[in-house]
Amino acid sequence: MLMQVDASDSPDIMSAVGAHMPPAISARGVNVYYGTKQALNDIAIDFERNQVTSLIGPSGCGKTTFLRCLNRMNDLIEGCRVEGVINIEGQNIYAPAVDVVALRAHVGMVFQKPNPFPKSIFDNVAYGPRIHGIASARDELMEIVERSLRRASLWDEVHDRLDQPGTGLSGGQQQRLCIARAIAIEPEVILMDEPCSALDPIATAKIEELIDELREQFTIIIVTHSMQQAARVSQKTAFFHLGELVEQGATEQIFTSPQDTRTENYITGRIG
Amino acid sequence: MTTDPHIVTSFDDELRRIEGLVLEMSGLVEAQIQDCVTCLFRQDLELVQKVKASDKQVDRLELEIGELAIQILAQRQPLAQDLRGVVSVLKIAGNVERIGDYAKNIAKRSSTLGKTPPVDAATATMKRMSATVQEMVRGVIDAYVARDLETADLLRDRDEEVDLMHNSLFRELLTYMMEDPRNISPCMHLLFIAKNFERMGDHATNIAEQVHYLVSGTLPGDDRPKSDKTSYIAVDSEAS
Repeated sequence: MLMQVDASDSPDIMSAVGAHMPPAISARGVNVYYGTKQALNDIAIDFERNQVTSLIGPSGCGKTTFLRCLNRMNDLIEGCRVEGVINIEGQNIYAPAVDVVALRAHVGMVFQKPNPFPKSIFDNVAYGPRIHGIASARDELMEIVERSLRRASLWDEVHDRLDQPGTGLSGGQQQRLCIARAIAIEPEVILMDEPCSALDPIATAKIEELIDELREQFTIIIVTHSMQQAARVSQKTAFFHLGELVEQGATEQIFTSPQDTRTENYITGRIG
Repeated sequence: MTTDPHIVTSFDDELRRIEGLVLEMSGLVEAQIQDCVTCLFRQDLELVQKVKASDKQVDRLELEIGELAIQILAQRQPLAQDLRGVVSVLKIAGNVERIGDYAKNIAKRSSTLGKTPPVDAATATMKRMSATVQEMVRGVIDAYVARDLETADLLRDRDEEVDLMHNSLFRELLTYMMEDPRNISPCMHLLFIAKNFERMGDHATNIAEQVHYLVSGTLPGDDRPKSDKTSYIAVDSEAS
């Protein structure tokens, strides 16, 4: 049940990349422990290229823990142990030789609370390309900054004040700045951990519109507590419960006729 | 399907209320069918008035169901079985309302039939047909309340019986009209009445399909036996 891969709803993508491309990300047998407590239990899931996948589930179900496995953010948490295999573009990211810094350049992340650096708008976006050695000359960086801000639909609002601090923007603008920062280093995957939970409906709509546009270039995985948001932005949805991946499938199917009672109870707001 | 309660109890109240309205409406329409059958076989002008009045009440209930459904969609943004529940309520109410309209039409034609020479020969088939349709309508509403997919599917298949009886009535009435032109007026009314029962069967079938969708999340396949052949029946002038 957990292995169903529905590529039929994205014929445009499939024809572009060929029908037999392996998934962008493939996780198998993933167990995560915080000390002795097991937070994730034998997770197996694939993420298709150029699709948005929503991870949903109640607080403490392990969805954020799983998201953080995908760019080894859990390495930073003391006592956290990850077992299993996660292949991104065919490479096991938990193999000993993996350069974690390079990995995080491939797998960008956007957090719940907008967290721009206390630097100018320009430097927020230019920081990644600079430290990863993608560009160093000012005009090269300028080109990347403009392109990234345009892709994040922020350019028109900030192009005349790039030297002002990123922290002076509105919440929604700050979040789009963080997205621009993430895409400036051309990652393959973007992870989003409740990116709209601190934003008003208009700023949320702009981020959702952006997610839909970014899908053309990136594989996107989003953790959200809003069922409606998951239904709106994602093509695939996975439901986590008590550290288990209970059900995954086409978003439309999950929200109209889920197969597992736990999924049904969660998305309809029932006491299960 | 789960019967666990919602965390927000007022949501459960609303879902119960909308289902209650559907049952109230269906109860009225089932009585209308019963009354129109009585009108048909035993002219009763008072009962005709009663069916007409009840139809207004049915229309009001359908409006109320529509308003409550829209309110639930807007305020609760239901998902999964709740979403299917609200969508199927809208469709079921629409179908029940149509069935009521046909009952009203049968009642009206019955009062006209009372003023024409009686044609008794078609009575037996008409009685069987109306009884089958009554059973179907009552059955699909019961299946809806019980969320009973199997019964809904069985009732859906019964529409074929109704179609076959309609075919046979069509031929029978055609024969009477050819025999004696004085039969044409009552037979035309009986033909329309038969058609109305046949349409009731179709709407009961639609409701059965909605029950299937509500319970399973998918609509039944298009493999139902269909036997309404009246569109292809013509008078053979050589034989007459």
